[in-house]
Amino acid sequence: MSVQAVVLWTDALIFLLLAAGAGLVWTIRRKEHLRAPWAAVAQRPMAMAAALVLAVFVAIGLLDSLHYRERLPDSPADAPQYAVEVLSVFDALMGDLRTQKEKTYSAPLAMQLYAKEFVEHDGVTVRDYPRLVHGGAHLADAAARQPDIARRVAVGLAQGLAASLVAFAVLAVWRARRAGVAASAWLADWRAGRLGWPARTLAGMATLLAVLGAVLVQLADAYHVFGTDKVGQDVLYIGLKSIRTGLVIGTLTTLVTLPLAIGLGIAAGYFRGWVDDVIQYVYTVLNSIPGVLLIAAAVLIVQVYIESNPERFDTAAARADIRLLALCVIMGVTSWTGLARLLRGETLKLRTLDYVEAARAFGVTHTRILGRHIFPNVFHLVLIAIVLDFSGLVLAEAVLSYVGVGVDPTMYSWGNMINGARLELAREPVVWWQLGAAFAFMFTLVLAANLFADGVRDAFDPRMERRR
Amino acid sequence: MKTLLDVRGLVTAIGGARVVDGVSFQVAAGETYALLGESGCGKSMTALSLMRLLPDGGRIDAGTVELDGENLLALPERAMRTVRGGRMAMIFQEPMLALNPVIKVGEQIGEALALHRNLAGEAAHDTARALLDAVGVPDPARRLDAYPFELSGGLRQRMMIAMALAGQPRLLIADEPTTALDVTIQAQVLEVLRALRRERQMGMLLITHDLGVVARNADRVGVMYAGELLEEGTREAFFAAPQHPYSRMLFAALPRPGDGGRLATIPGQVPRLDAAFTGCRFAPRCPYAVARCRAESPGWQTFGAQRVRCHRAGELPAAEMRAPGERPAAALPAAPLLQVDGLKVHFPIRRGLLQRTVGHLRAVDDVSLVIEAGRTLALVGESGCGKTTVGKALLHLVEPSAGRIALAGETVTAARLDRLRRQAQMVFQDPFSSLNPRMRVVDILLEGMEALHVGEAAQRGAAAARLLQQVGLPDDAGERYPHAFSGGQRQRIAIARALAVSPQLVICDEPTSALDVSVQAQILNLLKDLQDELGIAYLFITHNLAVVEYLAHRVAVMYLGRIVESGPATEVLRGPRHPYTQALVAAVPRIDAAAAAATPQLAGDQPSPINPPTGCHFHPRCPQADARCRESYPDARQTNAAHWVRCHMVAGE
Repeated sequence: MSVQAVVLWTDALIFLLLAAGAGLVWTIRRKEHLRAPWAAVAQRPMAMAAALVLAVFVAIGLLDSLHYRERLPDSPADAPQYAVEVLSVFDALMGDLRTQKEKTYSAPLAMQLYAKEFVEHDGVTVRDYPRLVHGGAHLADAAARQPDIARRVAVGLAQGLAASLVAFAVLAVWRARRAGVAASAWLADWRAGRLGWPARTLAGMATLLAVLGAVLVQLADAYHVFGTDKVGQDVLYIGLKSIRTGLVIGTLTTLVTLPLAIGLGIAAGYFRGWVDDVIQYVYTVLNSIPGVLLIAAAVLIVQVYIESNPERFDTAAARADIRLLALCVIMGVTSWTGLARLLRGETLKLRTLDYVEAARAFGVTHTRILGRHIFPNVFHLVLIAIVLDFSGLVLAEAVLSYVGVGVDPTMYSWGNMINGARLELAREPVVWWQLGAAFAFMFTLVLAANLFADGVRDAFDPRMERRR
Repeated sequence: MKTLLDVRGLVTAIGGARVVDGVSFQVAAGETYALLGESGCGKSMTALSLMRLLPDGGRIDAGTVELDGENLLALPERAMRTVRGGRMAMIFQEPMLALNPVIKVGEQIGEALALHRNLAGEAAHDTARALLDAVGVPDPARRLDAYPFELSGGLRQRMMIAMALAGQPRLLIADEPTTALDVTIQAQVLEVLRALRRERQMGMLLITHDLGVVARNADRVGVMYAGELLEEGTREAFFAAPQHPYSRMLFAALPRPGDGGRLATIPGQVPRLDAAFTGCRFAPRCPYAVARCRAESPGWQTFGAQRVRCHRAGELPAAEMRAPGERPAAALPAAPLLQVDGLKVHFPIRRGLLQRTVGHLRAVDDVSLVIEAGRTLALVGESGCGKTTVGKALLHLVEPSAGRIALAGETVTAARLDRLRRQAQMVFQDPFSSLNPRMRVVDILLEGMEALHVGEAAQRGAAAARLLQQVGLPDDAGERYPHAFSGGQRQRIAIARALAVSPQLVICDEPTSALDVSVQAQILNLLKDLQDELGIAYLFITHNLAVVEYLAHRVAVMYLGRIVESGPATEVLRGPRHPYTQALVAAVPRIDAAAAAATPQLAGDQPSPINPPTGCHFHPRCPQADARCRESYPDARQTNAAHWVRCHMVAGE
């Protein structure tokens, strides 16, 4: 079946960001003073374990950013027609998870629907919990559910462990060969933690992730691991799809923030005078308007624009995407002030230093002084701010979607999940799994991001240098 | 005399580095014991170990510290708190950092009084006033209500001393108490410390790198190197015949009056303390080292009133005194390179909502200078007199308000700054803030050439390599970042950067004041060599008169934005005519005993340039001032062809 690639706005920006990130890594590898703190980050077990978790999230997010539309099976070859639904590579990998829908709510790993219906039992119509269409459909009877789940968990455990063992063996042989030692010697070094990188922690973390992944795959094959939502969609699938939204918000917003914060912050600190006055005035005004109000107004304007120009957006995905992008931009425009203020202060300090004075004594131009003397010396602040802001932005998205001014309601996001769960919390028995799943995903991502940020901040903090 | 403080085998480690390694010494009541050494030798760490105020990660591994027979290291922290500030007090180097800027000094002194002497209210106020009296603060009752920022550096340091005295300590630890102060103020503060010690029979531990301060204040001297004590003795014996090669080299590195020859330098630098040592720690830098020095750590040997840790002590040749080098005969006056006429730098003072200019801070007020090609002019004065501003105004780093600057006969205007910048460059005081830590050394050197389009782009790399060689840096230095270099090496990089555009004039703004004595000697020698080799002229801005005599051909003395005396270096320094110059020369601590006699001291502080005194600016501090001085500013008066003074007294002769 042929497909048509779809590049949404955020997809393009994500891959642009990826390229920029790769470029940054390349630059950092070449500059000794930039490499040193990152090498210190790589020494920290906690930071590296967090980085591994983040990498899994990012991988899912990237796979979910490769979009396409399937060709309709009955469309003519010379004028192909494509489905309105935009899918991603991640959807393809997930297989049936996307399409296995139930009627409405069902609890995690359940066989029956949450709500009673009239069902026919041996020709008699009774009011009972109906069996699910997919969840546990292969079982003949409810008593077999528990042993089946246990069996699947055990198989998943075994598969995960086996996979990580094989991967570890390959790694050991490869590293040992590269280091020119016997594999047993490498293993002894690994066990004693003498490899110069937190190998034990990383191996443990990777095993944990592999086992978790294998168990989830085993269970998701026959059940709804996190239950289903109001329209019967698998919550695990929604949660995984929300990863991309969270990452987009966390990273693209930074992309908008950085030029504003760096440009204006450094300019204000370096040029002083009226430039400083104007920039300070702008960010003081911006700061005095409640951020949520600005965001709500901007999102509503974009909404109106989308609705009055339907011809510009050929799919629902494109509409939701443009709203997501608008949200990133407006959040970026409202959140650059903190970093700008920090950079202004640092620049005020730097511009009085003798090496800037020396450059002025040579008649070096302002742009060159900014580029060679000021920016490289505030760059560590920028890095720390990016990493620290990321988790804040992911959480902000959840709050904004909850309030109703966040991403498009049709878009998968943790905020929308929480918003959807809000009304159901009062039901008896309580519908907790949507909220629980959103919480678990967000908690993992934000915790990993924060632990990683901690490692980065410590590595860049000159006061910590002596204690390392 | 009764032993007050007894330190035995003190070992302090920070992380893996043994910053103090087996130090033992005693201080008697009423005695000043000076710990002498370069930076990084563990002097301050010794003091902090005594107070048990080590930084994070620091711990005392061995040894005892007994104050009046009580082992301080065995005391619980609770008891230690009453010892600190009570029986043992400390004065720090930087008075601005040691005083809380948002609390009135009276309250800060009162805090110490309440804690250690249980005084409060009226009694505390009276005691605090008495303390300020004792440390020589004029108008003490009013000063008690002042905030630290309202006080000058000298007054702040006196406040620190008053605070330290509040607990009536038996032992006073002074950690570089005058390093941040001007010579005139330094003399005042040291006098206060001497008098207090005499009156109160305190023991004093004086930590300093300045041999001159030791010569005037210490009873006994201990020389520290790389965490160890190398030599110890009474002041007389130590100054008469230092035994350890390190002590001797410290003496030899010091520029002295009447000395034109090359300064001796100590090669290398203080070793890192986290390495394991075998043998004598000074051996790698010692010209007398033999095989035994590298294999075996020397023990103490006693020579009369001195003891020393050196295998070769006693067998070394008698300390050779440098022959007072003959200055190169004053050649014919060279052509003037830089002429400055009536240079003024006024900073507007703005007040109020509309930022109206209500007055001017006259940082530089009508300064005229001439620097001849290939010669050195030293600009001397206390901090705040405007000498650095003159340097920056010459390069248009600070825009001059008035005046004419002519370089090689051509007037410099804001539109033709490129020519100025090719011919005049600057070397800054602090080599740690004058090099961008994110740039490789070679990029630092190339920056000026690229900005001013000096030479062909293809040949600039070779020029940079030649510069590195010229200032005595290794060939591979270019590829490294500044943090890989020590303070002295960084200053060499800064000099190379200035030389990169082949200037004819280099403005050196206190280039050695942040460096140790031995490194200072290296830099001074380098500057002199470069002058001989390349024929550069220097404007040497400094407050260190000893350096002036070593390097300068002419001297201009600045006071409150104006030059008060100018003339040939030897003439001005040996026969100063202006009372201010006389006081400056007298205030320099000298290591020779003859000069240690009582000298007239300059009272008070330099007034603010916002509101200078009427008449002669110097009259409030001048011992000879009369009515005429209070009324009119004196005109310049030539005493001979090359020497002029602005003083009514000189004019009246």
